[in-house]
Amino acid sequence: MAAANKNSPKKHTDNENESSLRGTIVSVGFVGAVIVIMWAAIFGLYMSRI
Amino acid sequence: MKQTQALNLQQKTIKALGVNTSDAKVSLSYLSVAFLTLLIGGILGLVQGLERAGLMELPPWINYYQVLTAHGILLLLVFSTTFTIGYQYANLSHALGGLLPKVRKFAWTGFILMVIGVVLAVTMVVLNEASVLYTFYPPLAAHPVFYIGLVFVVLGIFACCIGVFINYRHWRKNHPGQTTPLLAFFAMGVFVLWFFASIGVTVEVLTLIPWSMGIVETTNVMVGRTLFWWFGHSLVNIWYLVATSAWYVIVPKIIGGRHFNEKLIRLVVILLVILNIPGGFHHQIIDPGISESIKFLHVFMSLSIAVPSLMTAFAMFAVLERAGRRKGGKGLLGWIGKLPWGDVRFLAPMIAMIAFIPGGAGGIVNTSNQMNQVIHNTLWVVGHFHVTVGMSVVMTFFGICYWLIPYLAKRKLTPQMNRLGVIQTIIWTVGMILMAGSQHLAGLLGDPRRTSYTTYGDHPTALSWVPYEYVMGIGATLLLLGVIIQVYAVINMMFFAPKGKTAFPVSEPEDGAPSAPMWTERWGLWVVLLLMVVAMAYVVPIVDMIVNAPPGSPPIRTW
Amino acid sequence: MHRLEEMWIAISTGILIIFMVVVGYQTFALGMGPPSNKETIDPQKVDQTEPFDEPGISKIGDNEYEVVMTLQAFGFTPNNIEVPAGAKVNFIMTSKDVTHGFQIAGTNINAMVMPGHIQKISHTFDKPGEYLVLCNEYCGTGHQLMSTTITVK
Repeated sequence: MAAANKNSPKKHTDNENESSLRGTIVSVGFVGAVIVIMWAAIFGLYMSRI
Repeated sequence: MKQTQALNLQQKTIKALGVNTSDAKVSLSYLSVAFLTLLIGGILGLVQGLERAGLMELPPWINYYQVLTAHGILLLLVFSTTFTIGYQYANLSHALGGLLPKVRKFAWTGFILMVIGVVLAVTMVVLNEASVLYTFYPPLAAHPVFYIGLVFVVLGIFACCIGVFINYRHWRKNHPGQTTPLLAFFAMGVFVLWFFASIGVTVEVLTLIPWSMGIVETTNVMVGRTLFWWFGHSLVNIWYLVATSAWYVIVPKIIGGRHFNEKLIRLVVILLVILNIPGGFHHQIIDPGISESIKFLHVFMSLSIAVPSLMTAFAMFAVLERAGRRKGGKGLLGWIGKLPWGDVRFLAPMIAMIAFIPGGAGGIVNTSNQMNQVIHNTLWVVGHFHVTVGMSVVMTFFGICYWLIPYLAKRKLTPQMNRLGVIQTIIWTVGMILMAGSQHLAGLLGDPRRTSYTTYGDHPTALSWVPYEYVMGIGATLLLLGVIIQVYAVINMMFFAPKGKTAFPVSEPEDGAPSAPMWTERWGLWVVLLLMVVAMAYVVPIVDMIVNAPPGSPPIRTW
Repeated sequence: MHRLEEMWIAISTGILIIFMVVVGYQTFALGMGPPSNKETIDPQKVDQTEPFDEPGISKIGDNEYEVVMTLQAFGFTPNNIEVPAGAKVNFIMTSKDVTHGFQIAGTNINAMVMPGHIQKISHTFDKPGEYLVLCNEYCGTGHQLMSTTITVK
């Protein structure tokens, strides 16, 4: 995807860049991962103490 | 018509001259009290952290729980309340073209009521007549004057709420067919939520006054506790909503970007206002007297509050990414490097937002029903609210200071002050990571919150917590250093920074973005929905607690 | 709404729903819900009310014990209990004065014990050792002293 951007004409690239939210989706993916990891860790602790 | 013209004139004057001086006085007074409180509360925080770790012994005339009560009341209640009002009234004044004279009177009345209330309550704490912590769970009974002080504080809050409602309505009347500016919309959300959240604690305190005076013999402890959390959890969410107003509206301007789709921002505000109050129940997951099914309903209700925050996560990253790409950020994450990390007005709220990732995730853990047994009343919870309030909220507040105070005081933010702000932000971040991080871990090992230094007779389990408590003490020391720098910066910007004009950084929508829909302004409907959600959440359990109540408890003093 | 945003909201809300299904299944199908007993008692007459007139530990089954316990500032009655390894212990508790918390460090035992309410919680002690029992809700000046032990042999 990044490579495709580099090869396309400059004007097009600017437009692409402005509207692209690929970084955002990666970032919120990180947020989701923190939520899942933290929850799973405490759930594991809970189960180990049953 | 005449009024509208006068208002337009007023708006133009504000544009030309900057801040309205009488409005600025209101905000600056609130902010001054806020930072005085922060200094005292911060010192008490360090005293407490060192005592807890066994690194310091308190003199005989003061005890740990007195210090803890004062720390909680001053920082969680007074600092955040006064900062919020100062900031929100400044937003309102700027967004609506000045406060109405009547509204300023409400703000001043609120100010006086709150100062009286805080002085009464804190005096009782200092006299050791109210070592009941800021949650004052009955049947621990403080001196009646403590509760009377709290009534004054709540009345002050109500006065400020009414002021906001009047100004908002007035603007809407004079601008038919227009949606209010975003900052005013946020302020409305904050004060509507605050108004209804405060009702719970008002009812509680009014029943505790005659009880603490001995006029009524007993009180229902379960109802008191429930009404407290109706207020208590909503309160921290009010601070969070205040912080998000800066994330959505101010931060985009500072980074040279545009704000997110206004319809979605307004939807987030509406959802936070409607869904919030029942969140308090997850503080009572391991209480007796509430059935498992009611508790599970509240697991659902508490988790639903996470949804608007998940929307915020996406919106903020999108705003940051667009701004960074516009500045030439390439690749997947190149935009991150293009953000103005050296600008404290961005750095502080940015770290605040990042802190809300583990903060919010921790909240989801806390509310996950039986998993609450792992963390309830341990230091984990203390770590949790120091990340959410102490970082997400307070760092946003700190970041706001660096433009709001120069704006209000008609001064300029100097590069030196900006550098000091960046240093302060780093110290605060490191301090909080050390303190809240070790609190989270110690809590998982069973270290209880709200407990003065003890090794429980050198029990090996308790001794295993000590290293974490040392780290906590180091973190608390850094945090006090942070407080001192922040207070210095605030004083400098209020009185000594070079004179000049500072802009109020309000962001604009994206080019060609659709305007906000009018239906978002239906506050009557949002209040009805809020009340319906509250009724759904509270009618069954509270009626049950009253109808099937055990004989009540008399006032008890155990300190 | 942006397509990616819709995707994110769907996925993240889905995660929350999965969390709820997991804890909900444990609560309602496996009986692992949080301590939520609904019996009440007169908080000023705890000593005269059964079973709290005789707090103590009794064997009620094959390696199963019942502990009737009262909490008051700043101690637990009975204290320093001993049970054999693998014992299931059912705690029945109430408070004689203010709100207390009953926590056994390193286990899932964590329950609020409030005046007027009878709280119940159970745990099977598989691992031998001396467990630290403490009050985790502020109850007065001596709150940090309120602790005892459970010895599992």
